[in-house]
Formats: sequence, C-alpha cells, structure tokens
Amino acid sequence: MIMKRMLTALTGMGLVLSSAIAWATESADGIKDPVDSWEHLWTEVLIDLYIMGGIFGALAIYWLFKYQAKSPDAVGDAPKLTRAQAWSWALVPLFIFLADDLYLAAKGWTAWNVYRTVPENAMEVKVTGNMWYWEFEYEDGTTSGFDVDSKEGDGLVVPVGTPVVLRMTSNDVLHSFGLAKYRVKEDLMPGRITYIWFLPKEEAESYVTCVEFCGVNHSRMFAPVKAIPSEKFEEWLVKRAKEEAEE
Amino acid sequence: MSAHPEKFKLSEWIFTTDHKRIGIMYLIGSIAAFCVAGLMAILIRIEQSSLGPTLASDAITAGDQYNQWLYFHGAAMILGFLIPGLTGFAANYFLPLMIGARDVAFPRINALSVWLFLSGIFVALLGFVIPDAPDIMWTGYPPYSLLTGGNTAFYVFTVHLLGFASILGAVNFLVTVIYMRAPGMGWNQLSMFVWSTVTAFVIQLVFVPVLAAAVTMLLFDKYLGTHFFDPSAGGDVLLYQNLFWFYSHPAVYVILLPALGILYEIVATFSKNPIFNYKAAVYGGMWGVVLISGEVWVHHLYVSGMPNWIRIGQMISTLLISLPVGLLAVSLFGTLYRGAITFELPMKYAISCLFLFLVGGLTGIPLALTALTLHLSETSFVHAHFHYIMGIFAAFSVFAGVYYWFPKMTGKMYDEKLGTIGFWLNFIGVNLTFIPLFKIGVEGMPRRYWNYEMFPQFEIWHMVALFGALFILSGMSLTIFNWVYSAWKGEISIDNPWRSKSLEWTHTVNPPGPGNFLKDVEVSSDWTPYDYGK
Repeated sequence: MIMKRMLTALTGMGLVLSSAIAWATESADGIKDPVDSWEHLWTEVLIDLYIMGGIFGALAIYWLFKYQAKSPDAVGDAPKLTRAQAWSWALVPLFIFLADDLYLAAKGWTAWNVYRTVPENAMEVKVTGNMWYWEFEYEDGTTSGFDVDSKEGDGLVVPVGTPVVLRMTSNDVLHSFGLAKYRVKEDLMPGRITYIWFLPKEEAESYVTCVEFCGVNHSRMFAPVKAIPSEKFEEWLVKRAKEEAEE
Repeated sequence: MSAHPEKFKLSEWIFTTDHKRIGIMYLIGSIAAFCVAGLMAILIRIEQSSLGPTLASDAITAGDQYNQWLYFHGAAMILGFLIPGLTGFAANYFLPLMIGARDVAFPRINALSVWLFLSGIFVALLGFVIPDAPDIMWTGYPPYSLLTGGNTAFYVFTVHLLGFASILGAVNFLVTVIYMRAPGMGWNQLSMFVWSTVTAFVIQLVFVPVLAAAVTMLLFDKYLGTHFFDPSAGGDVLLYQNLFWFYSHPAVYVILLPALGILYEIVATFSKNPIFNYKAAVYGGMWGVVLISGEVWVHHLYVSGMPNWIRIGQMISTLLISLPVGLLAVSLFGTLYRGAITFELPMKYAISCLFLFLVGGLTGIPLALTALTLHLSETSFVHAHFHYIMGIFAAFSVFAGVYYWFPKMTGKMYDEKLGTIGFWLNFIGVNLTFIPLFKIGVEGMPRRYWNYEMFPQFEIWHMVALFGALFILSGMSLTIFNWVYSAWKGEISIDNPWRSKSLEWTHTVNPPGPGNFLKDVEVSSDWTPYDYGK
C-alpha cells in the first residue's frame, strides 16, 4: 500500500518535473534554445554514466576485497552456469543496455531536432572560412571580421533575442565553426554549404574557434562573438557599412 | 631448462620464420614507435603548459613544429604501436602456443609481414630527417593534406606498408586458427585471446583495403592530378572522411578486442576462475562487435556536414555498440566473482584496465549522441575519451601482457618492486593528465591547439596535465628499464609461476624452443584453458 502510494507520488513528481523542464526550455515566443536542450541532455547522460559506472566499479572493488586468495594454492569457486542461467546472463544485461540505449537515443533525437530546426524569424549570416581567418556577411551585404595579430575587427556581432542561423562554406580547406558558449559546432568545407543556429539570450562576449585542423595557424583562427542589444546592433551595422564603403 | 642455449646471432633473427621471434620483433618495433611517439606527447604537453609559444620564439614556428609532433604522435601511436602491438606481438608469440600449433600456417609470409611492419616504422621515422615533414594529423584530411607543403607521400606509404603487413597477418592467423588447432580442440575450447585475435583480424581483413584505397586516392590527387577530393573539379571532400573512418572506426575494435583478450587471460589466471559466460562473451560480445563495427563510422563525422538522417541512424547504431561491449564487460567483471584473487603485477595492470575501460567506455556514450557532440566534438573531452579507451587502456593491456608472459618469453622473472613503482607512476600519471582534459573539454577547450589565448582560464589545467605526463615519463622509463634489465640479468623463473592452465604455460618450457612443444599436443573434449577445477 505504502509502496503504491510512493510510486504514485513519484510518478506525479516526475510529470510535474518534466513539464517544468519543458516549460523552462521554451522561451516566450516558443523558440527552444539548443543550449538548454544540451544542458538538459548532458545532465541526464551524466546521471546515467555515474549509475552504470558506479554499479560496475562498486561490484569490482567489493569482489576484489572479498575474494582474495586465502592460500597460495587456492583456486576459484565460480558457480557453473546452467544453460538457462547462461542465457539469462546474456539476455537480461542486453535488455537493460538496450533499454538504456533507446531511452538515450529518444532523448538525443529530441535535442537534435531542436538543433536542426531553424526558427523562422532567424537572422541569416554567411560565414566563410579561410586560412586563417573568419569572414561574416550579413543579410544587407555588410561584412565583418577579425585580425588575430592586430586584434582589430569586431568579429561576429549579433543582436540579443534574435535567433541567428549561419550558412557556412570554406574557400580553401576544412574549417569548423566552434562556438562553445552556445554549444554549437559544424564544419565548413569547399563545395558544400552547412548550417547551424543559436539563440543569444543576453549580452555576452565569447569566441568562435576553428576546431577542424587547417594548418599552421589553426589554433590562432578565432574571432570574438558579441551579443549586443538589438538597437545597438542596428547602429553597429550602419556604422560598419559606412566603414566598409570608405575602405 | 633453456631451449635456446646458443649465443645471440643477428642473422638468425633477420632470417627467422619462427613465430616467437617474429612476435618479439613486433614487440620491439612497436615499443620503439611508442617511445618516440611518447616523447612527442611530452613535447606537446610542454608546449601547451603555458599560454604563448613555449618551445618556440614565434607563432609560425610553434604552429609548424606542434603540428608535426601531433601528426607523428597520432600516426605512430595508432599505426605503429597500438595496432601492431596488439595484433602483432602477442598474437604471433602466443596464439600458436595457445592452440597447440608448432608455428603459424605460413611462416615465411609471417616473416614478410614483420619486415613490412618494421619498414613502415622506418619510413615513419624518416619523417624526422626530411625537410618537409608531414603535418596532416594521423587522419590526413583533404584538402589540407593536398595543399600542404608537408610530405603527404610519407604518410601514404607508411599506411601502405603497415596495411599490407596487417592483411598478410590476418590471412595467416585466420588460416592458422582454422586448420592448426591441436587435435581435439573445439571452437568453444579456445582461449579468449585467440578469439579476440580472430575477430580483430576479420575486421582488419574486411576494412584495411578501404583505408588503403582512401590514402591511395589521396596520393593520386596530390601527385598525379586526379580530383577525387577536389570539389572545384567535381570531387567531394567528405568522400575521404567517409572512406577513412569506414576503416578507422573498426580499427578501434582491432585494438580493443585483443586488449580485452589479454585482460581475460590475466583476470582468469589471477582469479583462478573460468571465463564467466564464455559463449555470450565470444559469440555475443566479440562477434557482436565485429557485426556492428562497420555501421558506426559516421559518429566521427557528426559535425562534418553529413545529412541529418544518417547522423540519427548512426547515433542509434553507435549506441547499440554498448550491447556487445556490455556483454564483454559483464563477462570480464564476472570472472572475478568467487575467484581466488592474487595481485601480482600483471593483475595490477589488469585491474587498472577495468577502471580505464569504464571511464573510457562510459565517456563514449555522450559522444554517441549527435546533439551532445555539437558541443563536445573536437574538444579535449574527445581527446581524453579516446586516450582512456584506445590509448591508455590498450597500452596498459600490452604492458600487462608483457609482464604476464615475461617469464615465458625470457625464462627470467621481472623485478616486482621496480615494476610496481612504475605501475603506480603510470596509473597516477594518466589520470592526472587526462581528467583535467575532460573538464576543460566540456568547458570548450578545442583539440590540437597550442595557442589558447582566448581561453586563458585553462592554463592551470594544462600545467596539471604536464605534471601527469612527467609521471608517465618516469613510470615508463622504469617499466622499460625493468624489461631490458630483467631479460638480461633477472632471476631464473620457475616454469609456470602463475599456475595457469593455458597450453602456453602447461605444455612448453620457458622460453619455448623451435617447434614449441616437446611432443605433439592433444586435448580431450572436456579440456579448457581455464580449468582450475573445484
């Protein structure tokens, strides 16, 4: 009876919790932020890992202590498995691992769909990888970049609150757009266009780093990524267009 | 009782077709590759230990030499140490002994493959003296490998030589196991190590030709003007990545399976137990890995711009790898249950391998999930993950194997005290090096970066990793010194110091002479190599 009540309570709590998470990961205009999906999935996977690692690790440590040889000529006393036991020791673990796999696959697929579904109101930026610098081109044709040696240039500037989709290609070798702050990454290559999107929710400055090996300056191929309020972004875009006209 | 009373003669080793000597040559060659590649790792760790260029005065030199170290470290460790160390050394020396055979099926082909292997190591080492050393990572991705001034041909020829060695070895050992088992020895009486070698060589035989094709196309593109990987002429850069990982992911299991095989032998021997659920581990575990190994390569291309649907499909197949590997884990851990466990040096390494296997295996699960890899891919997290499972786990199992079979190969006993100090230095060192890399990887530290000025907060952890690397350097120096010194001046070992029931211990002398067995081996239908009886 008590068990049953506890189970009901647990199920209820689970339902409340999952809907709370679903609510929290959805912003006011219904856009799901990949960062939230990532963090949520990561936490679940970590719990999964600690449980599985804990079971195997604890058993191994316990057995290593308990079954130390009592005498120099001692031999093991392992039970001989019957046919049914042998099958069970194969099928039961298989079933547990399979259940865990499918659970994770379903969770992973859900998060994946968030990552790969670009919101309709997304602002598009064209990203081109070069040995060894990034080029960003906005919808109105304005471009921006960053020089690693002189540290000049604004890098990628985006308005807070607007989803940003990057359409990416490369002029020479493979590069990869790695933006750790927004938990996104995708390769750039000559001859194909790839995409990723992210949602800057607050003012922040971070870095995009090239994360596909591209030669001598691979680890110096980075640029700032600045999320600024949208009014300021409009001002910056105008200013940048003017600068470019003068160059 | 020594079977090789004659003095050392170099010509006997050069022209030998004896599988035991060939095994020793594989061991020496692969440990040599390990040492050079290990020194590269130390240089890499020193370079990363501080923010700016550490071992160079300017960024260009720093970048150039760092990339060359990375290339050599990766290529030599995987192609020169791990694969030949795990399929060449122990398979050559012990597989024929374990099945009661007097040699392999084709001894001369065996000699050819070890010389191809040694030539491959030689060509790889030549990379140090040529002016245009390769700098293309061990993956050699185009278009960079086509555009670079570095010598991509050296990379291609190294792969060719080692690949041919491996294919010849695969044919040889599969035929040996099929036709040369001792009379009476059925498939369910084979040692786990024999099964692991058979399954690993099946993978080699099926997949190595694909790698050979991929690098050959690279060679043609670079030097003969073809355009397989050049999009401006109708080629495709992703083609190479697909072909490369179609082999190179299964290659991970070519390393994993024999490593597990060695561990099974050691865990069973030092627990004095039969293998827990043998048939499930062999037919479900090892053959299950073979079955799935060819359907998961896209997880190396999760952020390469592959179509969405195949990333989902291979996310599922990648997760399913946990089924056979889980069976192997249950069986390996279960072998400890109700054993009579002793903790000699090989067992210390084996137990540490169980830990490394758990850490390395479980950290693979987040990397199987496409969504998580959009952040984790190409970070130190990946770097630490594959070092745990493919690097350290496999390397420790080779070291465990060398210690375990040391009395068999040399007739002498290693120094337990020196070996134990080396073991603890190694074990502490690897964790000190790679646990920080997990941490900073999750926080966004990219792989293959000597310059991380955009993430200055990671400097302290790189310093910790350098300390770990220095622990490993001292531990490995002691370990290798122990092997060399003990082989030369160690105490004479008793015949079967571990009281193993496997044929290589019960039916041969230390070390076995030509022809291995004093009289032909025959086993009864209820014999197993793990029959400790009770």
